[in-house]
Amino acid sequence: MIKLFSVKEKQKKEAAAANGKGVKQSAGELRLQKDISELNLQKGMSIRFPEGKDKLLHFEITMKPDEGIYKGGTFTFDFVIATSYPHDAPKVKCKTKVFHPNIDLEGNVCLNILREDWKPVLSINSVIYGLQFLFLDPNPEDPLNKEAAEMQKNNPRQFESNVQASIMRGHHINGHYFPPCK
Amino acid sequence: MNGADRWADLNKLLTRPGKITGPGFEPDPALLDFLQNDARVLCVGAGGLGCELLKDLALQGFGNIDVIDMDTIDVSNLNRQFLFRMKDVGKSKAEVAAERIMQRVEGVTVTPHFCRIEEKPMEFYEQFHILVLGLDSLEARRFMNQVACSFLEYDDEGNPDMSTIKPMVDGGTEGLKGHARVILPGVTPCFECTLWLFPPQTKFPLCTLAETPRSPAHCIEYAHLIQWQQERAGDEFDTDNEEHMRWVYEKALKRAEHFGIQGVTWQLTGGVVKNIIPAIASTNAIIAAACALETLKLITMCSTGINNYMMYVGADGVYTHTVAYERDPACTVCSSSVPFEVASTDALQQVIDALVADKTLGANLSAPSISHGAENLYMRGVLEEATHENLSKPIGELVEAGGVIQVNDKKLVSTMRVKLKYSDLASMQQ
Repeated sequence: MIKLFSVKEKQKKEAAAANGKGVKQSAGELRLQKDISELNLQKGMSIRFPEGKDKLLHFEITMKPDEGIYKGGTFTFDFVIATSYPHDAPKVKCKTKVFHPNIDLEGNVCLNILREDWKPVLSINSVIYGLQFLFLDPNPEDPLNKEAAEMQKNNPRQFESNVQASIMRGHHINGHYFPPCK
Repeated sequence: MNGADRWADLNKLLTRPGKITGPGFEPDPALLDFLQNDARVLCVGAGGLGCELLKDLALQGFGNIDVIDMDTIDVSNLNRQFLFRMKDVGKSKAEVAAERIMQRVEGVTVTPHFCRIEEKPMEFYEQFHILVLGLDSLEARRFMNQVACSFLEYDDEGNPDMSTIKPMVDGGTEGLKGHARVILPGVTPCFECTLWLFPPQTKFPLCTLAETPRSPAHCIEYAHLIQWQQERAGDEFDTDNEEHMRWVYEKALKRAEHFGIQGVTWQLTGGVVKNIIPAIASTNAIIAAACALETLKLITMCSTGINNYMMYVGADGVYTHTVAYERDPACTVCSSSVPFEVASTDALQQVIDALVADKTLGANLSAPSISHGAENLYMRGVLEEATHENLSKPIGELVEAGGVIQVNDKKLVSTMRVKLKYSDLASMQQ
């Protein structure tokens, strides 16, 4: 340990505080700057910061799967990052209405790394990979949209044609309308 | 206790040499005088830990204590926040705590600050010799950590300037567990270096909540996270609104009945939704005592302090273990910034080129992005277009002399902090 205080002199007063120092942005935002500068957007993906380039805590990511049964669709996700990032996961919602076993009609997304398996070493890139994976490999075993999951399991062909019909033309499935999202 | 006897024990500690003293400790009666008259300590939080800390610090001889807390007293605080009484409910914790301590401990001045920690300017925090934290949230700790670390300066060899170290003692409790740690920015790990130590919140997979609930907590979380937005979309959920909480409770109860799950109660609903872990008075007392003791040691050097993190587990007896965690050399909050000299008239593009061309700094740079505070000056990739125009601006217009910029690059493991010195304005800086 070190000797921090010299009692006899008492501590010298410094005018350092006025010297442009202080807390200008949260540590969470600093980390997010790094994530955003390293963002790996693949072909067909885009990002938008609705509140401007210096307000990174809220953004939208649009992706267009180029293979799998969701091919041809355009899906937008809303990301809200708390200042407690990266201790807490980003809050992600799907803004596009989609017939998917792991995304419900309110846009909630069931992706393990967004909840129980989130770790501070993960990044925005990891979440994007996770979302891409959901479109390539929808998982009917642990569903959020039960009807989609059952159709996928029991009648994969019907499921696929329903998904494609909803993406391309808009389609009613079990009483819910899914507008086109080409 | 009055008279000369009152500080007899403390005097023995402070006026005698011994084998447990810290390095550089010089026994001196002036130490007690310093403790009582000159040392300034800020207690952050006047809740469960704060009440204990204030009592301990005052009885230990600290003569000038400030306390800051934005909260008011709630009936549910009274079982452990022993400075408060029924008649105090609704009043400021900081103000009542300060008054009670001064009534009970002779000769101590406690100054309350009834406000948010973010509202105070840096000059406020600057005046204290030491900061003692009795907080319950990650955000507040991270903020105080940034405050303490922002005073830190490094010399040209990258060693911390000792006179700029703002020591901080952090206590935390959760049920039967707790920790006490000493943070000397630049010397020991700061809160951000060891962010991963902070326990993650228990989160259930959404699909489990939706399809296969197995516990009462699953039913409550389903009502809270899913049913609320299905049935009350647009209505902002508020944990302090009794009607909202009752709605969640009743929905959860119905869902639990449907799945044959027992145990959804009003109390559990509050616990799950607000993520409450029962607070235990003894845990607070033990952790606060450890923190107060570390504060005394740091201020007087009458003993070596803990190095640097003590954890306590009350569930397995009185078990403690101390770990010397290591600093993260790349920490974005407490690591040293690399000095770099440019002319204030250089365009941002020239500064970037100079950084990449630099023999040492450039080794890990290929296509850097530059930010200054929250402002993104030039970002590669997705924000390139939005920040491109800054490339031709003189750096002096974007960053003040001596300002620190954050440099991010795919080749860097973590953010590099660069302190800009302007060669043409050298006479104006130190």
